[in-house]
Order: sequence, then C-alpha cells, then structure tokens
Amino acid sequence: MKLMKQLNWLAPLAGALAVSIGVQSIPAQAQTGPITDRVKARGELICGVNNQLPGFGNIDENGNYVGFDIDICRAVAAALFGDPDKIQYVYLTAANRQSAMQSGEVDIMSRNTTWTLTRDREWAVTFGPTTYYDGQGFMVKKELGVEELEDLDGATICVIAGTTTELNLADTFRARGIAFTPVTFDGDDSSYNAYDEGRCDAITSDQSALISRRATLQNPDDHVILGDVISKEPLGPLVSQGDESFSDIMNWTVYALFYAEERGITSANVEEFLNSEDPDILRFLGQDGNLGEVLGLEPDWTVNVIKAVGNYGEIFDRHLTPLGVARGLNQPYTQGGIQYAPPFR
Amino acid sequence: MTSLSSQPHIQPPWWRDERILKIVLQVAFVIAVLVVFGILTQNLTSSLRRLGITFGFRFLGNSANFGITEGIPYDPSESYLKAFVVGVLNTIWLSSISIVLATVMGMILGVARLSSNWLARQLATIITEIFRNVPVLLIVIFWYQGVILTLPAVRNSYSIGGFFFISQRGINLPSLDPSWWLIPTVVILAGAAWGIRKLLLAHRPDVGSIQRNSLVVLGVLLLAVACWILFPESPLRIDIPVLDRFNFRGGTQLSAEFTAMMLGLVTYTGCYIAEVVRGSFLAVQRGQWEASRAIGLTELGTFQLVIVPQALRIMIPSLNTQYLTLIKNSSLAIAVGFSDLFNISSTIINQSGRSVEMFGIIMATYLSMNLVVSYGMNWINDRVKLVER
Repeated sequence: MKLMKQLNWLAPLAGALAVSIGVQSIPAQAQTGPITDRVKARGELICGVNNQLPGFGNIDENGNYVGFDIDICRAVAAALFGDPDKIQYVYLTAANRQSAMQSGEVDIMSRNTTWTLTRDREWAVTFGPTTYYDGQGFMVKKELGVEELEDLDGATICVIAGTTTELNLADTFRARGIAFTPVTFDGDDSSYNAYDEGRCDAITSDQSALISRRATLQNPDDHVILGDVISKEPLGPLVSQGDESFSDIMNWTVYALFYAEERGITSANVEEFLNSEDPDILRFLGQDGNLGEVLGLEPDWTVNVIKAVGNYGEIFDRHLTPLGVARGLNQPYTQGGIQYAPPFR
Repeated sequence: MTSLSSQPHIQPPWWRDERILKIVLQVAFVIAVLVVFGILTQNLTSSLRRLGITFGFRFLGNSANFGITEGIPYDPSESYLKAFVVGVLNTIWLSSISIVLATVMGMILGVARLSSNWLARQLATIITEIFRNVPVLLIVIFWYQGVILTLPAVRNSYSIGGFFFISQRGINLPSLDPSWWLIPTVVILAGAAWGIRKLLLAHRPDVGSIQRNSLVVLGVLLLAVACWILFPESPLRIDIPVLDRFNFRGGTQLSAEFTAMMLGLVTYTGCYIAEVVRGSFLAVQRGQWEASRAIGLTELGTFQLVIVPQALRIMIPSLNTQYLTLIKNSSLAIAVGFSDLFNISSTIINQSGRSVEMFGIIMATYLSMNLVVSYGMNWINDRVKLVER
C-alpha cells in the first residue's frame, strides 16, 4: 500500500512520458510546415481565383464567388477548418498570378492554371493533381466560314497575355506556317469583349473557357468553336514551394474528391457511408485509422469536404455540365477517364 | 585687418561646428541608405534561396515563343531580349508622338482659354476640365472601348479617298516603299536644285527671290516626274492598303490599341499642358503688355517678341514634368493590350518566371528614358533662360 502511494505520484509522469513517446511515434501530427501553421493561425484560407470565367470562377448576382475552381478552394478550407466558407478570395489575372504566389499573397491558387515545367520550377510552386484536363482551341465568327486552323491565315487573334495559350498559339502557327497577328489583353473580360466587338477575327483559349465564355457573348450562335485542339492543358490548383505538409493537404483533398466519386460517396449520402462495411471506406471517412492525423487534420476531414462541396462529379455537374462541357477525359478511370486517386491508406 | 587677425581664434566644440556636423550628417545618411539597401538585398537573396530560385540574366537569351502585335519585325523564335527591345521601341514611339501632339494640343487649348473670343474660351475650359479631372486609365479605356471598338468592322471601314481607312482595327494608311533607285534620284534632284538656283543667280539677277524659288521647285518637280517614268523601278513606291480576307494588306497601320493609347495620353496630358501654358502666360506681368503697346508693337509683335520668350522660361520646367508623367503613364498600355515595354515585360515575367530581374530592368529602362528627356529639357531651359550679365 505504501509502495502504491509512493508510486502514485509517478503515474502522471509515466503518462506524460507515454504521451511524449506517442507523439514522437506519429510525427506528422506535430510537424506541420510554415504555410499550414500560418493558415491555421489565421483561421482562414487565402485563395487566388479568377472572377471572369463563368463555370470555373466568377462572381454571381449575390456577390459570391462560384465555380469549379472555387469549389476546389472550398474543399481545402473544409479539410482544414471543417468550414468551406473560411476563405478570403483574391482575384488574380493571368499576368499577376505568379508574383502573388511568389510573394505569399495567397496560400493557394485555383484559377485555370496550366501545369508546365517552367512554372513548376521558376514560379517556385507545387502543382496539385490536375482537376481538369483541357486543350487549347479557337472560336471564330461563323460568317468568316473558317473550318480549320489553316483557314485562319492572316487573321487577327485575341489572346490573354501571360498564358500558355499565348505560347502555343505562336508555336503552332509557326510550325504550320500560318501568318497571324496576336492582340493580347490582360484579362478574360477585356479579351472576349474585344473579340465580341470585332477587334479580332478569332479568339484562342482553353476549350472549356471558350465554351463558358461563348454563352456570355452578344449572339452566342454567331460563333463556332473549331474542332482543332492544339495543346494539352492540365489545369489544377497550386501552392508555394517549401511546405510539404500544405501541398499534401491540397493534393489529398483533391484526391478525396476523386475517390468519393469513384466509390459513389456524395454530399447527400455521405452519412450513410459512415456505417459502411467496407474497411477502405471506413478508413477514408476517418472512422478507422488515423489518416486525418497524419495530414495534421481532423479525423473526419473527408466527411467535411464531401458535405461541403460534394464529390468531383458533383462539382463538375454543378458548374460545368450546365454550360455544355462534356466530361471527356475528366471521368474516373473506372469510367474511361483519367482521374485517378492513389489509395487512401 | 591687424585687429582681426590678432584676435585669438576660438574653436567651437566639434558638435557645434557646422562644417563637421554637415560631414557627420552626410556620413550618417549614407550609412543609413547602405543599411536599408543591405537589409533589402539580404531579404531578397534569403527569400530567393528559400524558394529555390536562382538569380541571373541568362534567361534573356532564351527564345520568347510568344507573338507581338506590332513594332519592328520580330519572330516568336527570337529571344526575350529582342521581345523586350520591341517593347522599348514601341514605348518610345508612342511617347514621342504623344508628347508632340500633347504639346500642340496644350498650346492651342491654353491660348484659347486666354483668348478674347467667348466661345473659344468656354469650349477650351470645358475640354480642359473634363479630361484633366478624369483618371488617365479611364480616358484610355473610353477611347478604346467607347470610341474605337464601336467604329465599323474592318470590312465596312470608313474610307477617305480610297487611301485612308478607319475601322475598329485602327487606321490604315498608305506607306512609302523606297527602292535602291531613291539614292540616285535624291542626288539628281538636289544637284538640279542647286544648279538651277546658281544659273538663275548668274544670268537673271533681276528675278525676285519668290519667283526664283518657284522656278527651282518647278524644275525639281519636272525632273522628279522624269525620274519616276524613266527609272526601271520606281524610287519611292506608294503602298496603298488593300482589304484582304481578314485584314488590310500593305500600307502601314496604326493599330486600335496604339491609337487609343495615343488619344488617351494626348488628351490627358494636353489638358495639363494647356493649364501650364495658360499659367505661364498669366505669370508674365501685365506691365510687359502695356510697355510693348506703348513702344508701338502690334498685338502679334507683342506676343511673339515680348510675351512668348518670357512665358517659355516659366513653362519649360513644368512641361518637363508633364513629359515625364506621360512616359510613365504609357505603361497603362497593358489595359488595352498595346505591346509597350511594360506589357511585354509582364508577359516575359509570366512566361519565364523571372520577376525580380525583369522588374530591375523595367525600372532601369523607365529611369533612363526619363533622365534623357529631363536632360534634353534642361538643355532647352538653359538656352531660353535669362542670361545674367
């Protein structure tokens, strides 16, 4: 009894020791990098977005940012804070997005940005999984009777400055020996407006952007999108280099969206899946194991993400399907597309 | 003298000696500047290192790979440096034309505001007050979206005599296309002018200078026509723009973006110059007008010989400021997509990722352009200022 009493005061010490060993054995829990720490301390995610591309990112009549790219940010905010609205949006143009990333003005950028080697290296960023596989196309006025790229010889073409589109345009036309005059603008609005007014004969951009913006032209039926696709444009979110913990949170949030669609988990039925028999799904939803802790997030982070924005297919159907954008490559691999999430384990 | 030098020289303590204090303060200032600069450099290098970005200018030799709307001949396969040079030349071209036109407009408006004609005065006041009090960016966008883009499409352009065409793509005008035959032509015509004049002076000294000059011009014109007909290739071909499938081919074009920028800069700066001009004329004392009238000078004579030389002295330093502002305002070209130095540089930054280097180059370029203009204006100022004798 006396011995027990003597040992009694040792118990908390032993407990503390056990806890500290325990913490050391789950290093990811404690070790988050500077960006994650900054974002968590702020309690808000600063997200760089486009506000001029209906479907991907623009401002609705109530003054809220909406769109496919916006929902990627909302998903990351839901993963971090359990609340998709803890976001401060910063509007970035194609031309100023790089300095915004380099200077740390935004934590994450989700604005139809093509992943290229130069950007990956020289912008000092880490690209997340490609959320939309796109390709560059051309929109022309029907009355010009243009059917293929070669018919554009001598045409004036509107393009947004500082984009991969601008480079592909010059490359492709040079390779095919087609003469053209580019007119470059710094934003989607100014560019499409100039095209609509007749300043250019054609406008070039990502196919999805052309489809989305055609609806905003004065007479959408007067314009035709050519069949030629001249490039690969993998679009996705990106974060600054130098904080693996933060880029992992971005990556796995996007994968969670893919995985949820693959397994048929939606914002409507996610609660039912909490009692699933499938260990894979239980692990994914944080009912088993410690995947959330490993990322430095709540155990039920995926549930928060899916409740907030739905799975990848839901986001696509909410914003892009109404515009007439086909899923194409952007299907789960199980349905013939190339969206593929690594295993959640 | 003797009493002064015999006075014992009292040395003040060093902290009250003005000469020493001046040196100390300047040294302190230089140290402060160096420290601030050092901190900035340190900050820059450490954050570049943290992000894993290397610093250097080698990338300027890489192929630019993007197209440029206008300027000297350029191909996307050429280097970033070449693209940058295209931008610099476009900025210089835009700024010089705008400075000339803004000065002309400012002079006219400024004098009109002082005129005794009521209508001219009111009109000039309204124009000046409107353009002077609206941000220059708005003016540029107004000209571009509100005026130029609403002009007829290129296939329905306004034509002036079949030579000039105005459409929403800009202004197309005939260009002069010189061939190698221009050199002999110029030599022949110059020789003829000199010869005719010499002959007339020698043989017909009674002919007045006006008639003599007209005869010279007539002779040169006749010879010029002969050259055009006789030479196998026309020395100076006039290239008239012709509408092709999409655009005009041939001739030269002032693009819509260039025209909008030019109109914007000219109207904005022109109105400031008008105020400078008006102020400078008002600053010439009334007595100068009265004195000139008193010695019997005409109104025009008073203006030319007495008022303008004095007003110019007051005007030039302020004009310098306006010109420098105009050059800096030309960077707004990015708003309408004119390929100026800033527009092209921001594309280079975006495509190469080299923001620190490019911003250094942009700043150095604007600084040197403005220093050159400033130096030129100071030179003019030295010519017109009152020489103290």
